[in-house]
Amino acid sequence: MGSKSYEDAIAALSKLLRKNPDLYGALAKGQSPKFMVFACSDSRVCPSHILDLQPGEAFMVRNIANMVPPYDKTMYSGVGAAIEYAVLHLKVENIVVIGHSCCGGIKGLMSIPDDGTTASDFIEQWVSICAPAKTKVKSEYSGLSFSEQCTNCEKEAVNVSLGNLLTYPFVREAVLKNTLVLKGAHYDFVNGKFDLWNLNFQITPTLAV
Amino acid sequence: MVNPFPGKWFRSKAMRMNDVDDIQSGPSSSPKIIRRPPVSSSEASSKSLGLQEFTGSKVQNVNNSGERLDLFDELKRRFLSFKKHKYLEELEHFQTLKEAQSPKFMVIACADSRVCPSTILGFRPGEAFMIRNVANLVPPVESGPSETNAALEFAVKTLEVENILIIGHSCCGGIQTLMSMRDNGDSSFIKSWVTNGKIAKLRTEAAANHLNFDQQCRICEKESINHSLLNLLTYPWIKDRVRKGLLFVHGGYYDFLNCTFEKWTLDFKGSSVEERGRSLVRDQELWC
Repeated sequence: MGSKSYEDAIAALSKLLRKNPDLYGALAKGQSPKFMVFACSDSRVCPSHILDLQPGEAFMVRNIANMVPPYDKTMYSGVGAAIEYAVLHLKVENIVVIGHSCCGGIKGLMSIPDDGTTASDFIEQWVSICAPAKTKVKSEYSGLSFSEQCTNCEKEAVNVSLGNLLTYPFVREAVLKNTLVLKGAHYDFVNGKFDLWNLNFQITPTLAV
Repeated sequence: MVNPFPGKWFRSKAMRMNDVDDIQSGPSSSPKIIRRPPVSSSEASSKSLGLQEFTGSKVQNVNNSGERLDLFDELKRRFLSFKKHKYLEELEHFQTLKEAQSPKFMVIACADSRVCPSTILGFRPGEAFMIRNVANLVPPVESGPSETNAALEFAVKTLEVENILIIGHSCCGGIQTLMSMRDNGDSSFIKSWVTNGKIAKLRTEAAANHLNFDQQCRICEKESINHSLLNLLTYPWIKDRVRKGLLFVHGGYYDFLNCTFEKWTLDFKGSSVEERGRSLVRDQELWC
């Protein structure tokens, strides 16, 4: 690293400490964020920038296309670990899944050939988590251009991830007790917009025969 | 694939409610907010999201949905501020970014709310492709598909980043779980995941058994970074680029107790970076 970036880093760290020394003392003892955020790894969409999140406010998972896989202890346990930690240990009150415009992961998903052949070691298998979003978009928006279909898929994939969150028993329980709220979001950096929406769900009585 | 709704008694539907309204800004007018009272520019400096309530013990349950709405109102205010003061001020930069991203760094950091690399190292939009997971772990290639190696593959093969930086930190809950867990058959997600750092735990216990638990955790936090750095080299397309000098692999440790940042680069000599079981490093610096 060159000396310029070293000086910038020093300046950033010093600024942090000067800004609120009491805060940093408190944070050293523990964290109690109210949010868990899922965001894409894309370098352009860090929620700390766009939502000015401060240290201690949001437990943040970032992965390709901000995806949440369904509950499965044998596969993708890293995401499960993060959700488990956030909900059971940190007791966050809100989980927000934030998609974004021009998402390479979603574009990759939409580009997987119909016969399912893949060219990558891991990427295509990962983005296939949101295959239901692709299926929905291709059937409901078949008349749109590829780029418009991708935009719709970015948002539908957030909904698939929200649904997948509910497959984790500890998430479901907290949502039912109203101690946890799930929200979806989409950051459009082409037009400078931020959409936010709620997950609505219904519980129907079991039918026992 | 597991049936997401095993009992079939539970339906969910996401409905878009558009809590945040569109901003329309003409070329010479200030942004207008539709359907909500305009955000006053003289509003008090940003409210922290619940930090006043921080007691270090437990978070109060939010029974009052009004309080929750306040949280999202605050996020809305911050987004609008970001748009006004950063996005519109640097519109040309953001227009360039919309075409493509070409970050020089891939960063692997912990999901911990206190350690966002954008905050502590000042990464700006477009500079760092970022993975955040529990305890900033990188599993080796033989453990199969994971969210981390999917992102690695994208960053290295598609974005062709020049640097991978793994950042660990003090008081890491994931490392603490690793250090305190016993093989008692308890199969939580957290324990399954942090087991990726098991070798770091064994190394710590071997070298630092005489130290107290907290001190051992500090050491394990750094051992785990080094172990994850070596795991990076189990991916052939990473090792190949490191060997050719196209990609550099670095470790970083953020100690927020003392507000210091330590960084080092893995020194790749020939075919191995380990000499007598220790990683070879260079360019080690402590910023304080």
